[in-house]
Amino acid sequence: MMMIHRWRRSGEFVRSACKSLSSLRPEHNSMSPSVSGFVNRYESKGKTFQSNAWNDHNRELDLGRNLGMMQQYKSFGSSSASKVQRNPLFSSLEPKDVSYFKEILGDKHVIEDEERLETANTDWMHKYRGSSKLMLLPKNTEEVSQILKYCDSRSLAVVPQGGNTGLVGGSVPVFDEVIINVGLMNKVLSFDEVSGVLVCEAGCILENLATFLDTKGFVMPLDLGAKGSCHIGGNVSTNAGGLRLIRYGSLHGTVLGLEAVTANGNVLDMLGTLRKDNTGYDLKHLFIGSEGSLGIVTKVSILTQPKMSSVNLAFIACKDFLSCQKLLVEAKRNLGEILSAFEFLDNNSMDLVLNHLDGVRNPVSSSENFYILIETTGSGETYDREKLEAFLLKSLEQGLVSDGVIAQDINQASSFWRIREGITEALQKAGACYKYDLSLPVEEIYNIVNDLRGRLGDLANVMGYGHLGDGLIEPYVYEWTSKHRGSISAEHGLGVMKANEIFYSKSPETVALMVSIKKLLDPKGILNPYKVLPHSFFSP
Amino acid sequence: MKILVAVKRVVDYAVKIRVKPDKTGVDTQNVKMSMNPFCEIALEEALRIKEAGFAKEVVAVSIGPPQCVDTLRTGLAMGADRGIHVEANSSFLPLTIAKILKSLADVENPGLIFLGKQAIDDDCNQTGQMVAALLGWPQATFASKVVVLDKDKQFATVDREVDGGLETLSVDLPAVITTDLRLNQPRYATLPNIMKAKSKPIKKMTLEDLKVDIKSDIEIVEVTEPPKRKSGVIVSSVDELIDKLKNEAHVV
Repeated sequence: MMMIHRWRRSGEFVRSACKSLSSLRPEHNSMSPSVSGFVNRYESKGKTFQSNAWNDHNRELDLGRNLGMMQQYKSFGSSSASKVQRNPLFSSLEPKDVSYFKEILGDKHVIEDEERLETANTDWMHKYRGSSKLMLLPKNTEEVSQILKYCDSRSLAVVPQGGNTGLVGGSVPVFDEVIINVGLMNKVLSFDEVSGVLVCEAGCILENLATFLDTKGFVMPLDLGAKGSCHIGGNVSTNAGGLRLIRYGSLHGTVLGLEAVTANGNVLDMLGTLRKDNTGYDLKHLFIGSEGSLGIVTKVSILTQPKMSSVNLAFIACKDFLSCQKLLVEAKRNLGEILSAFEFLDNNSMDLVLNHLDGVRNPVSSSENFYILIETTGSGETYDREKLEAFLLKSLEQGLVSDGVIAQDINQASSFWRIREGITEALQKAGACYKYDLSLPVEEIYNIVNDLRGRLGDLANVMGYGHLGDGLIEPYVYEWTSKHRGSISAEHGLGVMKANEIFYSKSPETVALMVSIKKLLDPKGILNPYKVLPHSFFSP
Repeated sequence: MKILVAVKRVVDYAVKIRVKPDKTGVDTQNVKMSMNPFCEIALEEALRIKEAGFAKEVVAVSIGPPQCVDTLRTGLAMGADRGIHVEANSSFLPLTIAKILKSLADVENPGLIFLGKQAIDDDCNQTGQMVAALLGWPQATFASKVVVLDKDKQFATVDREVDGGLETLSVDLPAVITTDLRLNQPRYATLPNIMKAKSKPIKKMTLEDLKVDIKSDIEIVEVTEPPKRKSGVIVSSVDELIDKLKNEAHVV
């Protein structure tokens, strides 16, 4: 609490000044994974400066002065994660533990191999690395229950892991927590072709589920760039949003039930398949978005939608952000029920993608300030197409849109999506970056990018892109966000990256209740410690 | 000079197709249809030739049910000047299509006929060749490099992709050219062009107008999926491997 308040007093200017997107990725395993922004590589009038070492303090200070940062900022400029101490109440792994796990899971599913552990210990963005010595691969809920019961009795901290595609360090250990990866629990249990209810195990990969549903004529209610690797259990635990939220809503609406195992090994069967069930408190909502801190999700029951064959995609160029906003309003009004995605990216994002990815070209011939992707999904091909064309042509005449193209086949549509979905990949190749996913009132969204550009000038490349339709934009500044009543984590969750920042978006009373619930379900705090909620509540 | 481009409406390349339960064909209900990718490339090349000043008009033609008009609209949105829709209720095999195109060529008198080298639904790779034969025109198929026209517009130089490599042909005009994948990258249909396309004409013609005999010598008897690939087997010893090769696979 104290830390945060200090931030607020001295850090206003400072916090906002350092959210840059382009800085040097540490060459080696950095000792202090940085959470907040430092500009380590910047281009100034054509010359590129590079820090020699990530931990080159003097350079950092110089940069600090360049940016007008105060020295005291430096002390908590590095990650809150690194300031966390390993909770001494957690036991350390002993040979007898490994033997026990081998007994219940079988030798093959108890992983001590260093190479595999290194992958499991590192997050997708290579920003966080734990030092776990053990990964367990349970095959069913019973095994998960036995593992947790044992770990709870031994006070062994654990990290539930799915596809390990999270962006806030929530899926990897911070210290030596035992990794419980549900990848082997990947069966589809049932699918009702009339209601569209799919019941499956938590380790099913999203893309595989989508392919399975495709053969039945249905689609998953969520879609994200990580679909080839992420697990549905992880999606549910992080309340993933994604590209289709504007059409199908959030997982809180589409998940009908789930089965989860709590810290002491209790299996909570909340696996309903009914759309309507008002019997008692709807506990599954606690687990959706809890990022593995209240229980490990083992099964999911989700409502899927019939696949509609008529999908149209347009790639539009707009001169300014105001036009983008107006276009959003007009799209909702004119396209209404067939609108299924509304994404935006700015010029910098487009340049980044064109520079770093192969086989990508700008669909619009001229370079513009903003680009929008509008997708419609409906049942009448000609009807939908005409509706979209009429809407876009009207927008063109009104000057809302300066240019645009409509995809003529699925290949062209995929290449448009590649641009938007490829931004994350391109950012990885461009260098270390600080990604912030924030949601703000729609009218505020681009102001913050301009704000940062003003402050950072030549020093960093700041870009904005996101699900404009949901009011989401990445990257950003927590203070600014908080002031404008936005959320510091629209979709990606808090993980370890923003564990101490929850107060920017939630009141102290609400957070206190969250802590109580956590302590009730997981008294020893073994489930995914150091994440989601502020550390101060849990340090001994 | 006029360029005639034949475009076909097919199941979209990216769709996972399924065979109809009665085995009469591929299921095309509720499935995304688009212009055949090779036809897109053919149209793109025709447009580029026109833009280079060697042709005055690009005419897109499609043969099939009413929905073909959508495909023609795409062609117009890319930049074709006008479209011709030949109405037909069933799908035709290459020879019938070739006869229809020949009749059209007699009416329109184009200097070049562009087609995609094959359609992705039947993979026939026959129509272009048949049209050339029926018309008695020279043909250059699997065109892979920019087609260069002589200034007097009397002949064209075409690079073809063949099994042994690349072959360069010089064909006198009028000629038939079929296009291969690496010829060009088709342009997107931009909003301003889509707007312009709305006022471009699409003429409807019937088979009677063209006096074409559509009786086919070929009848499709059955369509089935290829046999599913069986999973591999791990053998435990060399002896077992030899045994399987001899007695199961019959290759030794």
